[in-house]
Amino acid sequence: MSMNKKNRLGNRIFIGLIFFFLYAPILLLIFYSFNAADSSVIWKGFSLRWYAKLFQNQLIIKSVYNTLLVSALATIIATIVGTLSAIGLYSMRRKFREPLLTINNIPMMNADIVTGVAMCLFFVAVLGGWNYFASNYRFLVNFFGSTYRITFPQLSLGFGTLLIAHITFDIPYVILSVAPKLRQMDKNLVDAAQDLGCTWRQAFFKVILPEIMPGIVSGALIAFTMSVDDFVISYFTAGSATSTLAMQIYSMTKKGVTPEINAVSTILFVVVLALLIIVNVREARAEKAAAKRVY
Amino acid sequence: MKNKRSLLAIPYVGWMALFVVAPIIMVVIYAFTTADFSVTGENFTRMSTFTVIFTRSFKLAIIATLVCLLIGYPLSYAMAKEGKGFQRVAMLLIMLPMWVNFLLRTYSMMSIMENNGLINQFFAAIGLFDLINHVFGTNIQYFKMIGTQGAVVVGMVYNYLPFMVLPIYSTLIKMDNTLLEAAQDLGADTATVFRKVILPLSLPGILSGVTMVFVPSVSTFAISRLLGGGIQMLLGDLIEQQFLGGAYNPHLGSAIALVMMVIVVACMWVMNRFGEGEEQAVML
Amino acid sequence: MKKLTALTLACTLAASLSLTACSVERVDDSGNSGNNTSTDGNRVLNVCNWGEYIDESLITKFEEQTGIKVNYQTAESNESLYSLLKTGGANYDVICPSDYMISQLIEEDMLQPLNYDNIPNYEKIGDEFKGLAFDPENKYTVPYTWGTLGIIYNKTMVDGEITSWSSLYDDANKGNVLLINNSRDAFGNALIYLGYSVNTTNETEIREAYELIADAAKRGIFQGKVMDEVFNKMEQGNAAIATYYAGDYLTMYENNPDLAYVLPEEGANWFVDAWCILKNAQHTSEAEEWINFLASTDSSLANMDYIWYASPNTEALEKYPEYYKETYGEELDMELYNIMAPSTDVLKKCENYVVLPEETRTLYNDLWIQLGL
Repeated sequence: MSMNKKNRLGNRIFIGLIFFFLYAPILLLIFYSFNAADSSVIWKGFSLRWYAKLFQNQLIIKSVYNTLLVSALATIIATIVGTLSAIGLYSMRRKFREPLLTINNIPMMNADIVTGVAMCLFFVAVLGGWNYFASNYRFLVNFFGSTYRITFPQLSLGFGTLLIAHITFDIPYVILSVAPKLRQMDKNLVDAAQDLGCTWRQAFFKVILPEIMPGIVSGALIAFTMSVDDFVISYFTAGSATSTLAMQIYSMTKKGVTPEINAVSTILFVVVLALLIIVNVREARAEKAAAKRVY
Repeated sequence: MKNKRSLLAIPYVGWMALFVVAPIIMVVIYAFTTADFSVTGENFTRMSTFTVIFTRSFKLAIIATLVCLLIGYPLSYAMAKEGKGFQRVAMLLIMLPMWVNFLLRTYSMMSIMENNGLINQFFAAIGLFDLINHVFGTNIQYFKMIGTQGAVVVGMVYNYLPFMVLPIYSTLIKMDNTLLEAAQDLGADTATVFRKVILPLSLPGILSGVTMVFVPSVSTFAISRLLGGGIQMLLGDLIEQQFLGGAYNPHLGSAIALVMMVIVVACMWVMNRFGEGEEQAVML
Repeated sequence: MKKLTALTLACTLAASLSLTACSVERVDDSGNSGNNTSTDGNRVLNVCNWGEYIDESLITKFEEQTGIKVNYQTAESNESLYSLLKTGGANYDVICPSDYMISQLIEEDMLQPLNYDNIPNYEKIGDEFKGLAFDPENKYTVPYTWGTLGIIYNKTMVDGEITSWSSLYDDANKGNVLLINNSRDAFGNALIYLGYSVNTTNETEIREAYELIADAAKRGIFQGKVMDEVFNKMEQGNAAIATYYAGDYLTMYENNPDLAYVLPEEGANWFVDAWCILKNAQHTSEAEEWINFLASTDSSLANMDYIWYASPNTEALEKYPEYYKETYGEELDMELYNIMAPSTDVLKKCENYVVLPEETRTLYNDLWIQLGL
């Protein structure tokens, strides 16, 4: 699509305005992370004290750790399970595949809060059953002459349930980004490879995987982003003892957010910005190089 | 061989049955029972009490979705017309805010829109209020924004605009340029090309954008709490209140969640029928 | 493939282990268990308190003194604490609800009786805070703080002095009033204004209170519905009038001297918040240590100084003005002290909440969500 200069200027002003709307609150937030005062309204001079304080605030550090850990674990598991099941789904007959894809869409199409409360009710029911079992049954095992007692601990909502919830809402995103790559792939490719003597495993690693890799990577990226950004589902499934950064922020929005949170968000923002820039510059270079080769 | 490969989906099918289907069945069970788990329809008959909240939620979500579409479509269109490098940077800038927690961004929005916040301070500093008071003989010191439905809509648009832009943009850049040229060669003017070619071709993107904005908007509880000052309660707040908030009743909460889910699914179904979208347009 | 499989396995294993780890312990000949969980060096305690309700350095001090790791969490209101406990989303050991919620929890058999032998500092709690309606036999609770619920207003934003609850529903303050975000307090204020008891079970009276609030809401009197959000809104002058607790007023006053606190002429509510241990608590002895630690005079003084809520510890109450002078080198403003710890004469005009019967509670809940704010 081409356009004249005047149009282009108008276009850019429009885009600029929207970006201003999107970024004004973020810039403000970054700005006030350097505030000497404990306020997001009154500016009292430049200071790095909130960055120093951040590293002493166990609650925030712990919640950042939880967020990154649960997101990373959920992304790894969801990417593996999602990729395998996408391959599985596309080897199925349509009759089976269609209803399964509908179920796959449920966590994506459903409102977060419905997913959240549904899982909350489910986990509480399951854990309730487990705790009843654990408090009423003990096993004595005789092993090499000494008696051991096996007891089961009381469980409650926590990191485990949080992780399950994150995996569950991450998988559909992986499947949805791997699926189109599978569809694009020439179906005969795998058969050809196997005809030529590849085992199924070799065919998977040498043929399928390289073909769908871009889909897997973008699926993993989306899954990780969704996990880090999630608040609602975590809120209902993490219980009281585990807290993610989002949950920490939510409880702080009530009492007043301290600039430490601004500081931690600024750090995350800058790290992601740097990563994205690096990735994009590399991609752009690769594209240019490829373009040169063509012409 | 083929059948063997489809076995790969088994762990996933089991997982989904356990953690997607079973929880929803739990919600249905809770919705149709009372505190002592005797079957009842009472939770649904009480729903009429919440008509105000239902209408408010759907009204604000529809407005927010329309605003997102009205801003998001031209934005995607403008971006798609730019060069490769510009597009790359613009995409990056659209994705980036998602890495700052939405609650924090909304909170920042709140401090901007408070009665004593940045916007009002700015207006006061340039003498806008003095001018208005002088001309109209009123006595206002600020524009009230927090606690209004407008603020909630602004918050929704602010948070969910990227969800509208991403799918529309990705359908627009995939569009075959030769099609447009062909249409122009056949004598169609710009408006006609847009109406007859571009718009229908980008419909899947629009539909998935609308879904991705509408669903979180209609069910949000944090945005309405922060920007609505807690007095513009939406369905999300109502449900949250029944589970972890000030009026414990998970049975009623489940019923409300179920009704909301059914309405949303019905809307999406009708919309997808209308757009005969066989498969969801894929994000990105 | 092997690596991938191994990785998946490791991850799922780790996840499921953290979920279902069973403990195997050796049982010696006499049949007693070999090691007790409380002596294995990993002592933890799950505490739930209100936001801004402790001098945080006390937590560290407690951890250092006892070696117990404290998981400190906060809840927003009695009602949401109750929801959390009921939903099963929480695994707290020790909580700090208010009077009426304590009775409700006792009624529903969710608390366990305390062993006061392990809480020697209980003796220091004043008699006027023992044997109150919520725990008449002193079996379940150790009072932590007490105070009043009154009106906080910004002197520069309202005309004249506020003396009555009517200001909450008055057109003069349109768009500038913050409604408190829990049903008991919000209806309680309205009931007092209407001249009824805060503990009424008469449906007509409660509905009248509801109408009063709903009508004010329709006229746009309320700017918002808040709990701890009140700090920011009042300190930064975004709202003129709010109802909140005396101790929190003093915190806000430190940051914004334009604020004033008043117990309206119609009367008000006074409350006691007390520590209790939940029935299904897994760290009872740690919880008792925690309660005992906070009931001590030193902790009470530090807390009073930090959160500005009065302590029920008689010694600490008496010592506080002196403590203030030592710490800050200036006299404590007795007016502030009297807001924090009002005299018995003032308390006589205030009413304590008691637990409402279940049908009234349901009515409260229904009306509260019907308010649809």
